[in-house]
Amino acid sequence: MSILIDKKTRLLVQGITGGEGSFHTQRCIEYGTRVVAGVTPGKGGSETLGVPIFNTVEAAVERTRANASLIFVPAAFAADAILEAVDAGIPLVVCITEGIPVSDMVVVHNYLKGKRTRLIGPNCPGLISPGKCKAGLMAGEIHLPGNVGVVSRSGTLTYETVAQLTGLGIGQSTCVGIGGDPLPGSTFVDILELFQKDKDTKAVVLIGEIGGTAEQEAARFVKEKMTKPVVAFVAGATAPPGRRMGHAGAIISGSSGRASDKMAALAAAGTTIAPSPAEIGLTMQKVLQKWNANR
Amino acid sequence: MKIHEYQAKSLLSEFGIPVPEGAVAATPAEVKTIAAQLGGKVAIKAQIYAGGRGKAGGIKVANTPEDAEKQARQILGTKLVTHQTTSEGVSVSKVLVEKAVNVQRELYLSIIVATANRMPVMMASEAGGMDIEEIARTSPEKILLEYIDPVAGFRAFQGRKLAYGMNLSQAQIGPATSLMTNLYRLFQTKDCSLAEINPLVVTGNGQIMALDAKLNFDDNALFRHSDIEQLHDAEQEDPLEVKANELGVKNYIKMDGNIGCLVNGAGLAMAVMDLITQAGGRPANFLDIGTVNNTDRVVAAFKVFTTDPSVKAILVNIFGGIARVDVIAQGIVEAHRKMDIRLPLVIRLAGTNVNEGKTILAKSGIKFIEATNFYDAARKAVAAANGEKN
Repeated sequence: MSILIDKKTRLLVQGITGGEGSFHTQRCIEYGTRVVAGVTPGKGGSETLGVPIFNTVEAAVERTRANASLIFVPAAFAADAILEAVDAGIPLVVCITEGIPVSDMVVVHNYLKGKRTRLIGPNCPGLISPGKCKAGLMAGEIHLPGNVGVVSRSGTLTYETVAQLTGLGIGQSTCVGIGGDPLPGSTFVDILELFQKDKDTKAVVLIGEIGGTAEQEAARFVKEKMTKPVVAFVAGATAPPGRRMGHAGAIISGSSGRASDKMAALAAAGTTIAPSPAEIGLTMQKVLQKWNANR
Repeated sequence: MKIHEYQAKSLLSEFGIPVPEGAVAATPAEVKTIAAQLGGKVAIKAQIYAGGRGKAGGIKVANTPEDAEKQARQILGTKLVTHQTTSEGVSVSKVLVEKAVNVQRELYLSIIVATANRMPVMMASEAGGMDIEEIARTSPEKILLEYIDPVAGFRAFQGRKLAYGMNLSQAQIGPATSLMTNLYRLFQTKDCSLAEINPLVVTGNGQIMALDAKLNFDDNALFRHSDIEQLHDAEQEDPLEVKANELGVKNYIKMDGNIGCLVNGAGLAMAVMDLITQAGGRPANFLDIGTVNNTDRVVAAFKVFTTDPSVKAILVNIFGGIARVDVIAQGIVEAHRKMDIRLPLVIRLAGTNVNEGKTILAKSGIKFIEATNFYDAARKAVAAANGEKN
């Protein structure tokens, strides 16, 4: 098994005809993802990459029974695209777009209340269940099917981590990039909850970064609810306070949001902290060896 | 994005929030004229983005226009060092001259987006004039919170709860509530990330007024607020960051080390800095090159590195995803064609189109040190910056 996406996923791409949208849709199709529809207002009725295009998400869902959406719409229009997918009742919406205003996301979160949609992102690389389905930007070939779940606020640091795991022969169940924005659709806790329930996930890698308190909340969840081992790393120990480190959510304000506090909270909750970002794979290898020996 | 206090106060005023009478000045002569117009005692406040001005001598009080001119000379054109600036300080090119206010009470009021609740929150406290973090540490019960529903907006009842909570007099409840409503309207209309009035004062005659003001704006929303974007003062920033921004290199932050870093992805860029530090070196900058669809931004990044005299080695660490390795490799080649780059260059490439990227570099004949993995890259860059042979 895996979480959120698998062989049954029928992916819709909003913004499929844009440069990034078409490049990455092609990659997803090559990986084996079933891309059933694209949405670009004004281009309905045409076809791109062998995928039928619709003017609205509603029409696309009606015709193709799409059950997940991947959004590449520019920032100024991305919140609208998310709302359209939620309105159409799509259970999983993955928003890649970076740069959505915070106030737009406040409206999106308010709209999501009581709806059946789970939002991943925005400002994220998407997700992949290796060997089954890829709904994101990650290079498929660095992944290996297996039993370690990966959840991260970063994109490229996740690729780095996955490459380390794969290099050691440790496969992944699902890798989820929750994104670097201050108001992510899904939090660490949301995804940890899914990994905890997933039969095929045996351990989890969590990659955090400075800013906010998502790692502290994850630590609380790990301590209270997780029975599976968790390896964690928090990026930004050398980041100066008060500066936004690329991601809109990566900022140390005053004394809160520091990497050291987050790592301390995660360590106290029983997760194993990787000593450096280059040793996340090795740390997981050791944790798995110990875990298997104790069973 | 940050703006100056005088700009923030002008926005507050535009939204119906009372502020002290005053004007901004760039020369001591202007200060004298404004002080004469205001009459009586005035405050002269250095306009810099960094906090901690008062303790650093950036706020003066004068009783006469002549005194105001004299005091202004001590601030204008100098560099102010506060606990929030570097040891070099920031230059003061403007001061705000305000009519002195008879302060009876100092309160605190602010709005931010509460990330855990995913909605804005108004914070109010009787303990004004202090750092809010300090209040949160010493007496958290003194901070009152009202979460703001995005559909309902900030309601009058919430204003009353906060106003009564701060023990304002009955006559002050109405004005305080409308001030709060106006502050939320400003926060909402202009896409603020922070709207802080500290202190919010009650004057001798019972009026409520913003004595100081800090407005920060959501960078992601600036595309729809050209009026706000115009207020940006590049003088307040590191010149290299300004140059990088002009060249189209957005996520560049100057650090105090000697290894120029070109990385894709904010998390990876932070991790590279962490790893360089663990390997005994120091990064010269943070840089997330972002989504690279053309080579210009890579060339621009190299231009920034060569402009920075502290850079002794360059580390390129790219894990292609949304950014394509081949485009970045092409950019590195172009940078070397356009500029005379003699700094040692360590390159580590992986991910989307990595083979195409490696071929481009190999064919170009550029001299570089190839790193096989993440740690290897950091180690080799530190060695190169120290002048060691790899």
